[in-house]
Amino acid sequence: MHPARSVILFTTLSGLGFGLLFWLGIGLPKATGWIAFVFFVIAYALAVGGLLASTFHLGHPERAIKAFSQWRSSWLSREGVCAVAALVVMAIYGAGLVFLGERWAILGWIGAALSVGTVFTTSMIYAQLKTVPRWNLTLTPFLFLTLSIAGGALMAGEVSWALTLLPVAAAFQVAYWITGDTALRRSGTTLASATGLGDVGQVRAFEPPHTGPNYLMKEFMFVVGRKHAVKLRIFAFALGYAAPILLLTVPFGHWEAALAVVCHLGGVYVSRWLFFAQAEHVVGLYYGKR
Amino acid sequence: MTQLPETTTRKLGLVIDLDTCVGCHACVVSCKGWNTENYGAPLSDQEAYGADPSGTFLNRVHSYEVQPDDGAAQLIHFPKSCLHCEDAPCVTVCPTGASYKRTEDGIVLVNERDCIGCGLCAWACPYGAREMDAAEKVMKKCTLCVDRIYNENLPEVDRVPACVRTCPAGARHFGDLGDPDSDVSKLVEERGGMDLMPEMGTKPVNKYLPPRPKDRIEDQIDILAPLLAPVAEEPKGFMAWLDKALEKI
Repeated sequence: MHPARSVILFTTLSGLGFGLLFWLGIGLPKATGWIAFVFFVIAYALAVGGLLASTFHLGHPERAIKAFSQWRSSWLSREGVCAVAALVVMAIYGAGLVFLGERWAILGWIGAALSVGTVFTTSMIYAQLKTVPRWNLTLTPFLFLTLSIAGGALMAGEVSWALTLLPVAAAFQVAYWITGDTALRRSGTTLASATGLGDVGQVRAFEPPHTGPNYLMKEFMFVVGRKHAVKLRIFAFALGYAAPILLLTVPFGHWEAALAVVCHLGGVYVSRWLFFAQAEHVVGLYYGKR
Repeated sequence: MTQLPETTTRKLGLVIDLDTCVGCHACVVSCKGWNTENYGAPLSDQEAYGADPSGTFLNRVHSYEVQPDDGAAQLIHFPKSCLHCEDAPCVTVCPTGASYKRTEDGIVLVNERDCIGCGLCAWACPYGAREMDAAEKVMKKCTLCVDRIYNENLPEVDRVPACVRTCPAGARHFGDLGDPDSDVSKLVEERGGMDLMPEMGTKPVNKYLPPRPKDRIEDQIDILAPLLAPVAEEPKGFMAWLDKALEKI
């Protein structure tokens, strides 16, 4: 799949933003007033910034309001509804904390649930697609959720939670990579099943439909990016998981914490880039590509 | 509404004969010709006369080489367009309700005024049947020429999809695949019509007829072949001398 920058930025930033909103919602840390204000500003900048970035890949962003209508069937629509609900509920809850010093716990719990729900619906947009076997895994939502909550703990300064959850997320990440590498083969979809010509003999793509490229080839066949996949995985793992864990275990202050967050963000970005760049869409088979 | 209908009254679709298709791409041209100036936004081209031309097509013809275990390789031309699936994954993923499957005939369409151009339906389609138009930024797909098949302004013979009407080899057939007595259903029955990527669970309406087994070239091509053996012999006498003399000059 073509790794569109807007979508990678969206899933990375929003994942972290909604992760932080989850922790603020359940009342960890128990901040009020100015401190709560700073936390909420960071969380909203990430979550809303990500959502705005995601609209850049739309052909007609001016019609985006229509995307809230099909929540009965569409995960993308559910994501939109969930995100707006989470942001509205958390804004009311945040206003209570910042301006009145009051913590409306039930509202916080609802907001936390909606925040996690938003990340889940995002992950299901990818996990539902049978056409991309590497995404069509139970591990996909687990990876998105653990990453978001672990990253949120890191942002919220919940060091003990971050130290527990980052290794869990790292384990899901490695499991996802290992399982994903064989997903296309295990799906059973081949050029033979795609053309139905397997009974005749060995099928080989002889001629593409046109000499030039097309939308399908640009969108779904991103072969170049897989060249450095192993190196990038090591990079993502070291930056996204190992570095923050190390930085949190040594005695640290605000600067080390900030560095841990930046490392984590960079690592997740690389991991999310690979999530797209390595994903094989089955339509590539028709073109003799993966 | 992007929920799929439980059932459709008819299942209009195409039957494509891989045995007959000669790979002339006439269906590609007629499809683009009709659909660029009728239903919805035009099918744009980018750099049509430049170094790197590309464009939107609703129907494309691939060619595959198939090598049997023994015998000669076969070249099979393979037209591919929307299969108007009964369980169309492109419809249910649409967040705006722009994609829908019609209850009356099962045609899958895009309401372009509602399309936000997110591209998720193209991601969900295993067949590459949907293409985002680079100029209009909306999703384009085969409409089964919905503006021809019911069009009473056209002579009756033209009330079929443009690709079917134009195919010079008779490799494309149009009809109701939900009616077991229709010509297309009988054809599918007779020739063992198949689904593409059945493991995807999309239940395509369009069917493909597999190529018929090819004739085998045995030891002898024809019983008359021995009579065609070369009869020329080495020249003798005067002709032999002439042959040598002419060689030497």
